[in-house]
Amino acid sequence: MDFDVAFIWSPLELSLRVAGAATAISFIVATLAAWRLARKRGPMPALLDALCSLPLVMPPTVLGYYLILLVGRRGVLGPGLAELGINLIFSWQGAVVAATVVVFPLIYKSARAALEQVDKHLEDAARTLGASEWRVFISVSLPLAWKGIFAGIMLAFARGMGEFGATLMIAGNIPGKTQTLALAIYDAFQAGNDLQASWLVAVTSAVCVGLLMAAELLVKLKRRR
Amino acid sequence: MISLHLEKKFRNGVTPFTLDVRYDIGDEHKCAVLFGPSGSGKSLTMQCLAGLIRPDAGHIRVGGCTLYDSAQNVSVSVQKRRIGYMFQDYALFPHLNLLQNVAYPRTGCWPWRMCGDERHKAQAMLERLGIGHLAAHLPSQISGGQRQRAALARALNADPLLLLLDEPFSALDPLLRERLREELLELISDLTIPAVIISHDPDDVDTFAGGLVLYDKGGARTVADYAGLRSGFATAGKCLRYLQEQGGQAEA
Repeated sequence: MDFDVAFIWSPLELSLRVAGAATAISFIVATLAAWRLARKRGPMPALLDALCSLPLVMPPTVLGYYLILLVGRRGVLGPGLAELGINLIFSWQGAVVAATVVVFPLIYKSARAALEQVDKHLEDAARTLGASEWRVFISVSLPLAWKGIFAGIMLAFARGMGEFGATLMIAGNIPGKTQTLALAIYDAFQAGNDLQASWLVAVTSAVCVGLLMAAELLVKLKRRR
Repeated sequence: MISLHLEKKFRNGVTPFTLDVRYDIGDEHKCAVLFGPSGSGKSLTMQCLAGLIRPDAGHIRVGGCTLYDSAQNVSVSVQKRRIGYMFQDYALFPHLNLLQNVAYPRTGCWPWRMCGDERHKAQAMLERLGIGHLAAHLPSQISGGQRQRAALARALNADPLLLLLDEPFSALDPLLRERLREELLELISDLTIPAVIISHDPDDVDTFAGGLVLYDKGGARTVADYAGLRSGFATAGKCLRYLQEQGGQAEA
């Protein structure tokens, strides 16, 4: 049988690239958001917390629709982005934006929980030793909350690999350009190309299992040291 | 050494709590003990002193410096107060070794990296407290007494103007407590820094009280001449119980 690995490699590479970029962006933004909102009470923090967690409960298609309203060609930020030469619709960068929003709450939630678990006395001790809030965060809170945040990162990456709905809305399903693994599987299945679909499913499963095992191993290695 | 007037209402607990204390501790005392049952406001006073909690009203003056004054709208930030705070559980950073812990007040955002001078100062401070050989250990690898010394070394490395010790011996077993009490007394007498100690152990009062402040239900009063009073009682506990009962009667 004629066998071309391109049909696997292209969507796999794109999925890894999109999930990686989305996880990296989400990690920075969500961890900072979690830091600012951890241990805060009152209506404003509660509202912001709800907004940060919202993508968790909303259908990805709804998120995609919101994003089109925001960054689409006729969206709120669309013309501004176009002037800067950035076009997110039907591009892999658009898929990154979609995946970033979808995985954001996974990191935000675990980061917030992990940061709130850090002994408040340790942070207070750092403050009395002259450390600024930023330094307390970098040198005390973040290293002590790292395990929880890392778990969130791995979860986010795995979820980003499988992102479907919001990606389809924004980036479309262009083979070789914006067709990620999840989209390629749907495409192959729809086209009745069962062999191709099953290969893609096998690869996706293997990557996800490998990721979760690697994460477990990393955490164990850190603990042993 | 300290002039305090603090008013603060806490509403978020099950029962609302009001802290309302005003007292002065004179310069003639190098060391003062805040004595009282748990939940009477001793720790809250310390956190106000250190700048971790902002009172609703009042003033805090330490050694002539105004750290907080609601009337003048002055509130020095916790980072700039230069008040060494030793927490009840010592609050050593568990992810840093003792050298990195002690160097922390002088290092930057990345406490794993320190320059020669920072390393040297931290090592000297550890040596001074007799735990120089433990520099590379993590806090979880050393004993309670060593942890206390490490916490003290870290606080002193920030060049504090005042030391606050929150129940320094409560985390230790009784025999060790006895020994460390003597050691701490010796150390404090060697230092030029005044110290405030929280305790609900009468023996601590005997050892450290120059100044004595009795706390009860969010209020406080100073005892003028503890040493003089104490000679009339067999044990510190009896003397303090007498003082507390007296306070109760004065209130009634």
